[in-house]
Amino acid sequence: MKSFFRQSMAWLHTWVGLVFGWLLFFIFITGTAGFFDTEIDRWMQPELPMAQTVDVYDFADQARERLEVIAPGASRWQIWFPIDRNRPYPEIFWQGADSDPARGREQIDARTAEPLVARETGGGQLLYQMHWRLHYLPTRMAYWIVGVGTFLMLLGLITGIIVHKKIFADFFTFRPMKGQRSWLDAHNVVSVVTLPFQLMITYSGLVLMMFTYMPLVAAAYYGTSAEGRQQFISEAFPAREVLEAKGVAAPLVPFSHLIEQAVERWGEGELSYVEIHHPGDAAARIILGSNLAEGPLRSTEQLVFDGVSGDLIAEIPRLTSGAKASRDVLYGLHEGLFAGSVLRWLYFFSGLLGSVMVASGLILWAVKRRQRAEKQGNQNPFGLRLVERLNIGTIVGFPVAMAAYFWANRLLPTSFTARAEWEVHLMFLVWGVMLIHAATRPRLRAWIEQCWIAAFAFLLLPVLNALTSSRHLVQSLRTNDWVFAGFDLTMFALGIGFALMALVLITHNLAKREREQSVHNPSAASLEAL
Amino acid sequence: MNSYSKVKSRPTRQIQDDKKQKGYRLSVLSRVVAAAVGGYVLALVASIVLAAFMPGNRAEGVLWAMQLSFAVYTLAVIWVFAARTATRAWIGLFIPIVFLSIWAVWLTQGGVK
Repeated sequence: MKSFFRQSMAWLHTWVGLVFGWLLFFIFITGTAGFFDTEIDRWMQPELPMAQTVDVYDFADQARERLEVIAPGASRWQIWFPIDRNRPYPEIFWQGADSDPARGREQIDARTAEPLVARETGGGQLLYQMHWRLHYLPTRMAYWIVGVGTFLMLLGLITGIIVHKKIFADFFTFRPMKGQRSWLDAHNVVSVVTLPFQLMITYSGLVLMMFTYMPLVAAAYYGTSAEGRQQFISEAFPAREVLEAKGVAAPLVPFSHLIEQAVERWGEGELSYVEIHHPGDAAARIILGSNLAEGPLRSTEQLVFDGVSGDLIAEIPRLTSGAKASRDVLYGLHEGLFAGSVLRWLYFFSGLLGSVMVASGLILWAVKRRQRAEKQGNQNPFGLRLVERLNIGTIVGFPVAMAAYFWANRLLPTSFTARAEWEVHLMFLVWGVMLIHAATRPRLRAWIEQCWIAAFAFLLLPVLNALTSSRHLVQSLRTNDWVFAGFDLTMFALGIGFALMALVLITHNLAKREREQSVHNPSAASLEAL
Repeated sequence: MNSYSKVKSRPTRQIQDDKKQKGYRLSVLSRVVAAAVGGYVLALVASIVLAAFMPGNRAEGVLWAMQLSFAVYTLAVIWVFAARTATRAWIGLFIPIVFLSIWAVWLTQGGVK
C-alpha cells in the first residue's frame, strides 16, 4: 500500500513538473529578477540621478502646486516620498482629472521639483510583472495560466516531499559527474535546502491571486452582483472606503498640520504617502499612510482627515483582522519589499536555486529517458527530443534573451518612440532564435554554444554600460553607487557562471570520448546524456 | 498490479501493450479531469463550508477559507492520483462534493452567519 502510494506520487511529481516546467522556469527567473526590480529600473535609466531624499513638508507643498496645475478636478491625487530602496525618487500620481492625460504618474527630481526625464523603458518593473502577466497575453488568461502553473508547482513540491525517503541525508549527498545520479542529487539538494522558500513563494503566489482563482467562495455569501462584491471588499478591507464627490467647491486644507501629526505618531522617515480624494470638493478626504514595507506584514497604518476642516476622522491600524493579516503576511513575504540588502540577496539566491530546481528536474527527465532509449537499441522518440531541445532553448536560451533585453536598452536610440516596446520584442525574438538554434544543432553542441553565447552576452554587459553611459564600473565603485556596481558585477558573475558551464561540458565530454575510444562502454553515464 | 505499472512498448509485446496502453491512457485522462475539475469543485464547496466556521465576521471567514482552499485542492488531487482506480478516485470526490454542497447551500441560504 505504502509503496503504491509513493509510486503514484512519483508519477504525479514527474508529470506535473514536466508539463509546465518551462513556464515555471520562466516565472522563477523573471520573478527572481523582480527582487531587484528598482535596481534594474535604475540601471536601465542611467540618466537619472542617485537616490534622493526629501523634506516631507516642502515636497508635499511642491507636489500639491504641481498637481493643481497638471491634474485639476481629479478624483484622486497621491504624493509618495522616497523613504527606502523601493522608491528612489519622490513621485506623484493622479486619476480622474479634467486635464489630459486624466491619469498619470511622474517621478520628480527633488532638486528642481520638475519631473525627471529619462529614456523610455519597461525597466525592471516589466521584467518583474512578466512573471504573472506573461506580457503578450490578455490579463485574465495570463492569470489563469500562471495560476495553473503555480498550483502544479505546489503539487510538485508536496509530491516531491512524499516521494523522498531520506530528506536530511540528501542535504549532504552529491555525487558529481555520475550522469543521471548526479542530476538527481543536484535536484534533491537544491530542493531540500530551499524547500521553506519554495513552499512560501508558491503558496503565497496562489493566495495573492485568490480573488481571481476562488471568487465563488465570496460569491456564495455575497452574491455575484457588483454591490455584493463591494460589500465583501469593504468588510474585508476596512481601509478601502470610497466616497462620492459632492460637487460643491471647498478649499483644500494645508498639509503641514496633518503631516505633523503623522510624523509625531510614526517618527521621521516613516510617512510614506499622502493621498487626496476629491481635492477642492466639499467631500475631500486626505489619507496619510505609514510605510508599507516596514515588515513582512504588508499593510499601512492610515490617518484619515477631513480635507476641508483638517479634522482627524479615522485611524486605520495595520492590523484589522487575523484573516487579512494572514493574507498581508503572505503578500509581504512573497514580494519581500521589507527586505534589507542581506535578506534581499538571500531572496535572490533562493529564487535562483528555485530556477535550478526546475531546470535540474527537467534535465533529469530527459537524461533518464535518453539512457533508456539508448539501451533499447538507439530509439529516438519525438517527445524526448522535444523536451531536450526545449530544455536547451529555455534553460540557457531564456537567460540569453534577458541579456538581450538589457542590450536593447542601451543600443536602441533614445529618440526612437517605440523603444520601450521593442526592448521586449527583441527579448522574445532572441528567445525564439535560441529555441530554433537549440532545435537545429547537435544536442551537446547546442548546450555548449548557447552557454558561450550567454557567457559573452552577460560578461560584456558591464563593457556596454561603460560605453553607453557615464556610470561605468570603476566610477560606480569609486562613488559607492551600489545599484550600478551591483548590477554590473552580477552580470559579470552570471557570465562567468555560463562560461564555467561551457567549460565543464567540453572537458567532461572530451574525457568521456577518450574513455569510449579505449574501452567501448556505451552505458557510461555522462553529461553526454544531456 | 496497479494502473501505474509501466506499460513499455517492447517490440515482442507490441499488440498486447497497445490495448493496455489505451486503457491506461484513458484511466490517466479520467484522473486528470477528476483532479482538475473535481478537485476544484471540492476545494470550492469545502471552502464555502469552512468560511462559516473560521474566526471573525463573515468577510474574515471568507478570506480565511480562500487562503486555505489551495491546500484542500492539493489534498484532493493527491487523493485522485493515490486512489487504486480512476473510478474509486471519482467516487471519493463525488461523495464529499454532494455532502458539502448541500451543507454549503444550507449555510449560505439559511443565513446562519
